[in-house]
Amino acid sequence: MEEQQDQLNVQQDQEVLPKLAVPDTAPRDKFNGTAIFDVQNTSIYYGSFRAVTDVSLTVYENEITAFIGPSGCGKTTVLRSLNRMNDLITGARLEGDIHYRGVNLYGKDVSPIAVRRRIGMVFQKANPFPKSIYDNIAYGPRINGIRNKGRLDEIVERSLKQAALWDEVKDRLNKSGLGLSGGQAQRLCIARTLAVEPDVVLMDEPCSALDPIATGRIEDLMQEIKSRYTIVIVTHNMQQATRVSDRTAFYSVLRDEKSDTRTGVLVEYGSTAQIFGDPQDSRTQAYVTGRMG
Amino acid sequence: MMAAASDSLAQPVDLREPTGWRRSKNQIMTILMWLAFVIVLIPLGFVLVTLVAKGAAAISWQFLTNSTIPPNVLPLGTGGMGAAVVGTLEVTGFASLIAIPLGVLGAVYLNEYGGNRILAQLISFMSNVMTGVPSIVMGLFIYIIWVTHFGYSGLAGSFALACLMLPIVIRSSYEMLRLVPDSLRQGSYALGASKARVTLTIVLPAALSGIVSGALLAVARAAGETAPVLFTMLTVEQTNSNLFSGPNTTLPFQIFMNAQSAYVGANARAWGAALTLVAITFILMIAARIITSLFTRNTR
Repeated sequence: MEEQQDQLNVQQDQEVLPKLAVPDTAPRDKFNGTAIFDVQNTSIYYGSFRAVTDVSLTVYENEITAFIGPSGCGKTTVLRSLNRMNDLITGARLEGDIHYRGVNLYGKDVSPIAVRRRIGMVFQKANPFPKSIYDNIAYGPRINGIRNKGRLDEIVERSLKQAALWDEVKDRLNKSGLGLSGGQAQRLCIARTLAVEPDVVLMDEPCSALDPIATGRIEDLMQEIKSRYTIVIVTHNMQQATRVSDRTAFYSVLRDEKSDTRTGVLVEYGSTAQIFGDPQDSRTQAYVTGRMG
Repeated sequence: MMAAASDSLAQPVDLREPTGWRRSKNQIMTILMWLAFVIVLIPLGFVLVTLVAKGAAAISWQFLTNSTIPPNVLPLGTGGMGAAVVGTLEVTGFASLIAIPLGVLGAVYLNEYGGNRILAQLISFMSNVMTGVPSIVMGLFIYIIWVTHFGYSGLAGSFALACLMLPIVIRSSYEMLRLVPDSLRQGSYALGASKARVTLTIVLPAALSGIVSGALLAVARAAGETAPVLFTMLTVEQTNSNLFSGPNTTLPFQIFMNAQSAYVGANARAWGAALTLVAITFILMIAARIITSLFTRNTR
């Protein structure tokens, strides 16, 4: 009972704490890799609702960057802004700017279609198309104008091998993609994303519906492909973040007492070892030690 | 707590269905459900049995193909319904050619592109209103804007039937498109597909079998209509295979004319024509199902 009381107190403290309105992103460790995304003072709105406020962070090449934080903290919103998937939501609006390899992602003559061909996305719930396994993988390359059967065969095999699915499905490539198990379906979706050879793969809680074995497979897969791709992953699972990511961004919910509105903020961003081992912000510490969220 | 746990261990747990009112209620509802099922089957079965019993005698190759519809006084065995079979296929076929593509495209606009725009809301509202318009009004409408200028023809009949089919196709296709999960669209967008491509390669194939069902319903409805045909095509006694000029006739219209007659031969022809019409619809449904299943082999 007393312990519970303590936890309550801590949580109440957390509610008061957000007076530190400026996200404490100062202790960034030095890194001289290529910056893939440079997010500067970005706020994202859905209509009049401000989902996230003033996010600034840099995502580096060939790294796995994890976004963690409690529900409603806007980590998925930020992720979806990185390949302009938020454009599909009516009323979604972005302030600030996001540069991708030095190009303003929200610049005037930037086509979201071109953006998404380079920056792929894997969703929380596996969403194989109601087509054969082969056609699922070949879908992206076909969009890009590849019609040659030989080329497509090659791409399908390579992508499925990269996603560690080839051995399980090579004899039933013409069977429906909907007949796969949850873990297989998610790997199919990863393979489908890799088939267009993107530069970046965004993953929105890709393992949240999977059992530990399937999760382990996908985590191994991420490690294997990270030498060729840059990965940003949203996860609810802190162990997963420590296992797979090089860098972690911790988001939290900021509640405005007066108007009773909530908005997500980036609390702290740094190397995964630092975020989990030596968090600089008390909210990060509370979250990573399991006392909050 | 401990005491309760050991108690429940002592005597076996009762997992049987609870007795009393609850069980009786369940039984009563189950019986009512079966009853409803049987009651629904009675008219369906009765229609089918009567049709076959009274119509089968009239059916022969001559009846289906002979191009001269005999006068009512003549007994069964002279002439045939060929003219009406050809007319039905022609007129309904051309009406489908107009209404199905238009209707499906309209539904695609409503669901994929329209959003909350005024135009989309207007189309949606109008198609709902049109669903409720009696078919005879459609016939009258085409009579005034087409037949009074260009005369009776199969084409005019097709126009009237197309007006009738259009709202049904729009409604049913729209409902089917709405059922396509958004996660599929998102998956396609995330691979860099344009909106047109998402619609063509993901949304329409996923909704295809439902769209086909709705379209068939519309075709069957149109094939069985008498009133719009009455105003727009008049009738003929000889096969008129030219859809675009001259009066024409269809099976429902021949059923109407022959069934009214006092002569036995004409009545037999009416039953025969009715059975033929049902058979045509039935064959069409099965053919469409087979074709659709070939296209959607991997969609489930």
